Amino acid sequence: MTDATVPNDPAAPVRDAEGIAAAVQKSLKKRYARETRFKLYGVAAIGFALAVLVLLFFTIISNGYTAFVQTKVQLPIDLAQSEIDPDGSGDPEVIGKANYRSLVFNAMRGEFPSVSGRTNRRALTGLLSSGADFELREAVLADPSLIGGVRQVWLTMSDDADVFIKGRSTDVDLADGRGRVSLFDESGVVTVTSGEDDFAQALTDVKDALAEQAVRAENEAARRQGSIALFTAALNENPSEEKAAELREDLERTRAEIIDFEARAADLRDRAAAAGGEEAMDSSMPSYFAVVNGGVVKATSVSANSLTGEVILPLDSLDPAAAGDWRVLSLETPEESRRVKDNQAVWLWTLQQEGKVETKFNTTFFTAGDSREPEQAGIWGAAVGSFWTLLVTLLLSFPIGVMAAVYLEEFAPKNRWTDLVEVNINNLAAVPSIVFGLLGLAMFLNVFGLPRSAPLVGGMVLTLMTLPTIIIASRAALKSVPPSIREAALGMGASRLQAMTHHVLPLALPGMLTGTIIGMAQALGETAPLLMIGMVAFIVDIPGGMTDPATVLPVQIFLWADAPERAFVERTSAAIMVLLGFLILMNLTAVLLRKKFETRW
Amino acid sequence: MNLAILLAAVLLLALYSYALGRGRALGQTTGHPSELHSRPGYYGTYTALWSVIPALLVIAIWLMAEGVIVEGLVVASLPQAQQDLPNAQLGLLLNDIRNVASGAFSAEQAEPFVRAAAERYNGLRLTSFIGMAAIAVLLAVIGLYWARRAIDPGLRARNAVERIVMVFLVAASTIAIFTTVGIVLSLLFEAWRFFSQVPFYEFLFGLQWSPQIALRADQVGSSGAFGAVPIFAGTLLISFIAMVVAVPVGLMSAIYMAEYATPKFRSFVKPLLEVLAGIPTVVYGFFAALTVAPQIRGFGESFGLDVASESALAAGLVMGIMIIPFVSSLSDDVISAVPRSLREGSYGMGATKSETIVRVILPAALPGIVGSILLAVSRAIGETMIVVMAAGLAANLTANPFQAVTTVTVQIVTLLVGDQEFDSPKTLAAFALGLVLFFITLCLNVIALHVVRKYREQYD
Repeated sequence: MTDATVPNDPAAPVRDAEGIAAAVQKSLKKRYARETRFKLYGVAAIGFALAVLVLLFFTIISNGYTAFVQTKVQLPIDLAQSEIDPDGSGDPEVIGKANYRSLVFNAMRGEFPSVSGRTNRRALTGLLSSGADFELREAVLADPSLIGGVRQVWLTMSDDADVFIKGRSTDVDLADGRGRVSLFDESGVVTVTSGEDDFAQALTDVKDALAEQAVRAENEAARRQGSIALFTAALNENPSEEKAAELREDLERTRAEIIDFEARAADLRDRAAAAGGEEAMDSSMPSYFAVVNGGVVKATSVSANSLTGEVILPLDSLDPAAAGDWRVLSLETPEESRRVKDNQAVWLWTLQQEGKVETKFNTTFFTAGDSREPEQAGIWGAAVGSFWTLLVTLLLSFPIGVMAAVYLEEFAPKNRWTDLVEVNINNLAAVPSIVFGLLGLAMFLNVFGLPRSAPLVGGMVLTLMTLPTIIIASRAALKSVPPSIREAALGMGASRLQAMTHHVLPLALPGMLTGTIIGMAQALGETAPLLMIGMVAFIVDIPGGMTDPATVLPVQIFLWADAPERAFVERTSAAIMVLLGFLILMNLTAVLLRKKFETRW
Repeated sequence: MNLAILLAAVLLLALYSYALGRGRALGQTTGHPSELHSRPGYYGTYTALWSVIPALLVIAIWLMAEGVIVEGLVVASLPQAQQDLPNAQLGLLLNDIRNVASGAFSAEQAEPFVRAAAERYNGLRLTSFIGMAAIAVLLAVIGLYWARRAIDPGLRARNAVERIVMVFLVAASTIAIFTTVGIVLSLLFEAWRFFSQVPFYEFLFGLQWSPQIALRADQVGSSGAFGAVPIFAGTLLISFIAMVVAVPVGLMSAIYMAEYATPKFRSFVKPLLEVLAGIPTVVYGFFAALTVAPQIRGFGESFGLDVASESALAAGLVMGIMIIPFVSSLSDDVISAVPRSLREGSYGMGATKSETIVRVILPAALPGIVGSILLAVSRAIGETMIVVMAAGLAANLTANPFQAVTTVTVQIVTLLVGDQEFDSPKTLAAFALGLVLFFITLCLNVIALHVVRKYREQYD
């Protein structure tokens, strides 16, 4: 068994005891090292599994915790009597029909009176959620005393603004100006010149971007070299006259393009390498702004100590500003790769500085149904759907499971039929869940004609899926009740069923409940079979009963995970946190139940 | 709503009959319950069962038959032109009628014959409900009266009640059988319809999978191809990757847990590993798509490899992680079941712990471990959400783990989510795939369960 076994061939020379001991000693170190290594593999395996678990939870939580707050903006809204309820009737019909959209938009425009032009104004009001006017309407309907005067109202902002304020769109950096700046306005283009190299970082960023562009141009040129090789090869194959002319033309054009790209790459490289100077900026570079004299200038070109660009928020004056009185604002992600454009970012930033934008607890997330707009989407609809589905599952699977377990464990004769039932139950426990979905689709929907997307059908499918779990757990619970209990009851004259219901069942009940809770937890997390029976529909309304169209939490997670909006990522993660919370709660209940009622016989 | 009231009424009647039966039984004694054959409650239950079971049976059968009969009558009342419509269009028309009847569609916009049919539909349903309610209540009252008359101190009420309870117990235990039969029948029936349109050898051995059915003849990809080999290959590839992750990690952690870990460590780490098993698969799918796949893609690109964003590797890796606790807890049981005497014999010969494990315990536990791995494979093949969210849709026939492949479960989901028409091979193909999936996992499960049971018997 070890490296130092004694040879059992009698013809071999018999080694003396000392020799054997020496050989064993020699191999010991190696064997112990192997032992340690083996143990390490075990630790590594467990470590890997636990590390993945931690990574999973970390990813979900770090992505999702921000979904529990929502960015809101405080706007002074003029709820004039004449606008909303001209006759002073106080009739909800009349109040509900007022034009809240224009009230909200006007208030938002009032925050930045300088914003002009259709596109810009639309960009400004686009920062508000498309449901902001409904929000105001609900608030006014709930409290008509708001009417008649300017009120400060907190309104929900759009998902893009939300993502920006939560810092998930770009890093926002703010640096105090170190030099004294002088301002110069040339027909709307403002130049900010500083006494120090306050814009050196901006210039470096620009040069980095130029270097990247140079690489891209080189790659383009290299790719066209490949095409040249292809064209030349085709020309060498003696193509027809017409074809050859075409190829030569292509060749010519491509060569010209290569020269073009190479020239551009060289130029870009030179500009990137050159120290100092002034460079123009575009939307593929990080954005820089000078915040000075109550206004904001966006850089369109920059040198180490000066910044030239367009005014986004008007300046109070062109007076020079002292060091520390002005600031450089930068957004690290280039404008072209984020949803919030530069002007919107500046408006948001300004509102945030003024304390008018805040993240508040996201009640919508817990009270609303699904929506296409992330800021209006919530999990309540899915949670209620899960509740109805689980209710059906529990009502069906617990009694059936317990009855089946009681029969199989206590009354069933040992014969072929019960063997078959048992094999069946064990097999069903391992059948892929999606197959139950196929059964539900073919039987419950197509044959029985039950409604699609209904918690009733979902619950029935999940019942079939969880029954084996509950039956197996219940049988184990029944098995653990000692026969003496039954015998004592029978000896007192109870029938077998009486002994069962009066004595064995109460003792086995905690175990059965534990199994049922675990089965319910499985059912709560199940997705695939419910996709088959149409519970993936986009459902906005909160389901009111077992036959209303509904979806469930895991399916909601699946739907949101597919949505393209960035803001849905955090909502998906948050929904997962809620789902995991429920699952942990259920499993803890099961564990506690087991601990409390566990009897060692 | 009406149905709920009816059911409540029947149940109230049952309560009343319980009290009535119990009271009558006691009333027939001279004041001492021991003169009765059974305890008084059984007489109550006996009466209640007699009143409630026939009523509930009638309601159940009525509800099942009602839809077909009412629809048949409504169709018969339609104009001849509509009656001659093909089945699918007739179904749509019936849907319209139902929607108008329930008020979901406005009746004013509907065609007059639809409106008339909807009115007739509502009328028939009302009549049917009144009939059902009347018959159910009548039966309940008759049952009550009959059982009450039968009550007598000598009546063996307990035996009668227990016989009925026994029927319920047996019925509950056969649901598992009916489930299996239902699965097999529904899969076979739909798959048979599929194979009547697409030959089964083309399905099993064809190399081309593109389940589109053309709307027009000249459409691109108008001929649907139903060769499932790329799908099977994709399923096997992802399952293989999953097993490469799950088997070594699961087995090594099981060995460590069973042989090395202190009870304290075990009681702490084992529940943590089981958390991995309790996480819903949709969460793993999200994790795979959001975190793992981009990481692998980035990692591959830094080596100059072309990695698909829905690579088989990402899906397989995460699936493997999901299966780790499955392998480890099953193997843990199996390893712990190896008798002490084998271990002690090996220690006595001077073997180290790892030598004992590798050369004595693992060979002894091998059948059980193989069984647990087979169960894990069946799990991997049938796993749906991870692959739906992280694996591809295109059926590539490749063994390259960096490319996107598709699996049986992904195809079932994509074919069946959304609009379905149950006369197109596109929809029916999902059932053929489901049949293959069910059959393969069934075989794996039967073999695995058999192996595990045999193994258990060996040492018990």
